[in-house]
Amino acid sequence: MREAVPPTPARPRQEKPPPRRSPVRQAPEVVAVRPARRGDLDRVIAIDAAVTGLPKRSYWLSIYRRYSGAGRVGRYFLVADSGGEVRGFIIGDVRDWEFGSPPCGWVFAIDVEPRFRVAGIGTRLLTAICANFRRAGVFKVRTILAHDNTLILSFFRSQGMMAAPFIPLEMDLEV
Amino acid sequence: MKLQKNTSLALYSVLEFAADPTRHFPATEIAAKYGVSAHHLAKVLAALARAGILESVRGVGGGYRLVCNLRRLTLIDVIQIFEDPGLPDGERGDSGESTPVGRALGVVLSEIDQMTKATLASITLATMLRLMARQQKAGQDRVSRRRPRHASGRNP
Ligand SMILES: CC(C)(COP(=O)(O)OP(=O)(O)OC[C@H]1O[C@@H](n2cnc3c(N)ncnc32)[C@H](O)[C@@H]1OP(=O)(O)O)[C@@H](O)C(=O)NCCC(=O)NCCS
Repeated sequence: MREAVPPTPARPRQEKPPPRRSPVRQAPEVVAVRPARRGDLDRVIAIDAAVTGLPKRSYWLSIYRRYSGAGRVGRYFLVADSGGEVRGFIIGDVRDWEFGSPPCGWVFAIDVEPRFRVAGIGTRLLTAICANFRRAGVFKVRTILAHDNTLILSFFRSQGMMAAPFIPLEMDLEV
Repeated sequence: MKLQKNTSLALYSVLEFAADPTRHFPATEIAAKYGVSAHHLAKVLAALARAGILESVRGVGGGYRLVCNLRRLTLIDVIQIFEDPGLPDGERGDSGESTPVGRALGVVLSEIDQMTKATLASITLATMLRLMARQQKAGQDRVSRRRPRHASGRNP
């Protein structure tokens, strides 16, 4: 049986799309997308902390152990690397038959360092993980987003994502 | 969700302009395409110009052209010029809204409003153009799959 789904990293602070002004846009860097290595974790933790405000070292170590390295079939932890510097990352996996749905690719985290946004890095990361999903034989990709995070919603919409036939539900449990 | 007529017309018009941002064309052209009077459409386009989305072009062949950033202007930006998509909590304006039933109904209706707003606020004109292109391509693919092979004239 597939192991329990890791929770989405702490709910990001609501982000309004910043105005489109990026010095990087005019002189795009050469960015390669590759699997994450142990040495990338400090940058990954820093980029995540810039978005969520929480440095979650032990969480990221456990994500790294579960999603990186050889033999991790259907699990992908990729980073965007520019001259040895990590600019962003994406994590996802292939999920089988959740709630009766045929296997599909799930993206459960994506982050690009704020200074390097709107320069195509997010698109490169998503394209790379989708290529992995295709190689794994799945042809549908899903994600779940906070409805007040307009920035990330706009990003996934721009990539062609549409509403899925699911409704996320939650409730508070009595203490 | 049902949009008011002027809102739909505004979205049709803005997307017509967005499809070819370098071109300026007269209101009559869009009015004819969407089956409304040029007089009616002129009022909608004037509202879009006041909001800084379109700019009127004087002289021969006049009309309007798009002056906004189509990668950043979202559907909700256009809609809110004409109507409020969803009301804030507790403002439905019916007499039962302060009753227990009304309050519970309000919670459910505001869930729906939140999803509507999140959707409309995350779809830019550029994203809409890409969606239109995908739909068009899917339509063409369906037609070519249905067309019998000999219809190309190359197969016997
Ligand atoms: C969403 C995110 C990954 C996008 O990365 P990016 O490298 O800036 O994305 P790209 O440059 O590839 O942008 C692709 C498209 O996304 C959309 N987009 C990106 N930034 C946008 C913005 N500020 N406003 C509106 N649309 C935007 C645009 O349509 C853009 O296409 P365009 O450049 O042709 O307009 C990045 O902004 C980010 O990391 N945000 C924080 C994410 C977060 O909250 N993560 C925690 C939960 S997992």
